Amino acid sequence: MTKAVLDLAVGMEPGFLREVEEEAGTRVSLCYQCGKCAASCPVSFVMDLEPYQVIRLVQLGARDEVLRCRTIWLCASCTACTERCPREVDVAATMDALRALAGRYGYRPAEGPIAVFHELFLDNVRATGRLHELGLMARYKLRSGDLFSDLDVGLPMMRHGKLAPLPHRIRGIDQVRALFARVRAVEVARAGGATPGQEAPGDRAPSAADRKGGEVR
Amino acid sequence: MKYAYFPGCSLSGTAREYDRSTRTVARVLGLELEDIPDWSCCGATSAHATSKLLSLALPARSLARADQMGLDVVAPCAACFNRLRTTVHAVRSDRRVRQQVQEVLGEDYGARSQVYALPDVIVNRYGLEGITARLKKTLGGMKVACYYGCLLVRPSAVMEFDDPEDPQTLDRLVRALGGEPVVWPAKTECCGASLSITRTRVVWQLAAQILTAAQKAGAEAIVVACPFCQSNLDMRQVQAQKWSGRRWNIPVYYFTQLLGVALGLPPSELGLDSHFVDPLGVLRQKALV
Repeated sequence: MTKAVLDLAVGMEPGFLREVEEEAGTRVSLCYQCGKCAASCPVSFVMDLEPYQVIRLVQLGARDEVLRCRTIWLCASCTACTERCPREVDVAATMDALRALAGRYGYRPAEGPIAVFHELFLDNVRATGRLHELGLMARYKLRSGDLFSDLDVGLPMMRHGKLAPLPHRIRGIDQVRALFARVRAVEVARAGGATPGQEAPGDRAPSAADRKGGEVR
Repeated sequence: MKYAYFPGCSLSGTAREYDRSTRTVARVLGLELEDIPDWSCCGATSAHATSKLLSLALPARSLARADQMGLDVVAPCAACFNRLRTTVHAVRSDRRVRQQVQEVLGEDYGARSQVYALPDVIVNRYGLEGITARLKKTLGGMKVACYYGCLLVRPSAVMEFDDPEDPQTLDRLVRALGGEPVVWPAKTECCGASLSITRTRVVWQLAAQILTAAQKAGAEAIVVACPFCQSNLDMRQVQAQKWSGRRWNIPVYYFTQLLGVALGLPPSELGLDSHFVDPLGVLRQKALV
């Protein structure tokens, strides 16, 4: 009788696990696939890969598959996975690290609108030092082209005075902008060591992530 | 008792009634809150979703000011609390992180001030004795589901606020005010806050689960300590209702609003006029307003 052999080494990048562990500050290699993270995750129902599957693919060095998946963007950062992991893997920090690495390697985010939202949020903070909610909503609506959803909450919010009409610019705005610029410089320097994937994200065979789908819309 | 106050961006917009009720209640309790001068945004989810360094450096700017004030910080918003506290922890526990944060901040930051969540300060540090001594009204057995959400309690090793699975701080307060905290399973479930704008339907589904759990436990009201919990459960309650076909009509209060009512403050001073689900009906039933 022959035993099935699981071949784990096809097209994998052994350095990737170390890179993720360094970025996330947690030992991803400790995960033994119990599935507690997925059981705890409030948004796993929209994910293409369960959190433990992402972790396993990191362990295997499947950089491309991991950095292209939707899960890393859909993670709501509630840290239930991190709190409950019996191996003390910081799963939520791993998701943060994978988003940062996806940016560093030039991957187009699998959940475009979520990445755009983060970008607009931070642009908004860089402009005045504080978040101006109404300004962020307006810009997000324009960028996403989805102008009319949420008017049923937006209009009453205005009536209740829950959306400040004008932004507040802090006095130390130059300091905040300098801070953004220095962070950017550190990160560009760090990305100098990264080797972006050769093919452009988008023209490739469908991954397991695509096949599972997971859209709710 | 004096703290450096970090209101956070939402408290001048979507959660302005949280700011109003906090300042009013603090005044009545004799809890001194001094705003951190020229504070800036903590970066919230968007910073830590994209850059660890940015997510630490942004809060560090405001925290350095609190260090100069020589006061510990209180943050009413659970998201701000989470980001500020994470920064203090990271800077205190890793010299390399501390150095890097100082470099991008362009100033010395030693993480001397600690950061506390508002319910922690009011209930656990100020204390229930001081509160009960000042009560003018009782909640009259109002059944309340205390909803903590995720950011207040997790990760518990860093937040050190309460039990991450079954926190009791708000429950103890509600009981002290003459209400009856219900036992329910969704106390620390996530409402999906960071996806509220981009994946609204996910939030409807999560809100529907939380509201249903509260309803099943017999709650007449939900009490929260986070602007995102409040808006997702209150503002989006009607949307979640249409989407799921279920009905709830459960008012969602900031804990400072219920506390303020029991301290005898008028609803207008607590911002009780800006909720979506009528917040006054239950209060009238109990002869509180």
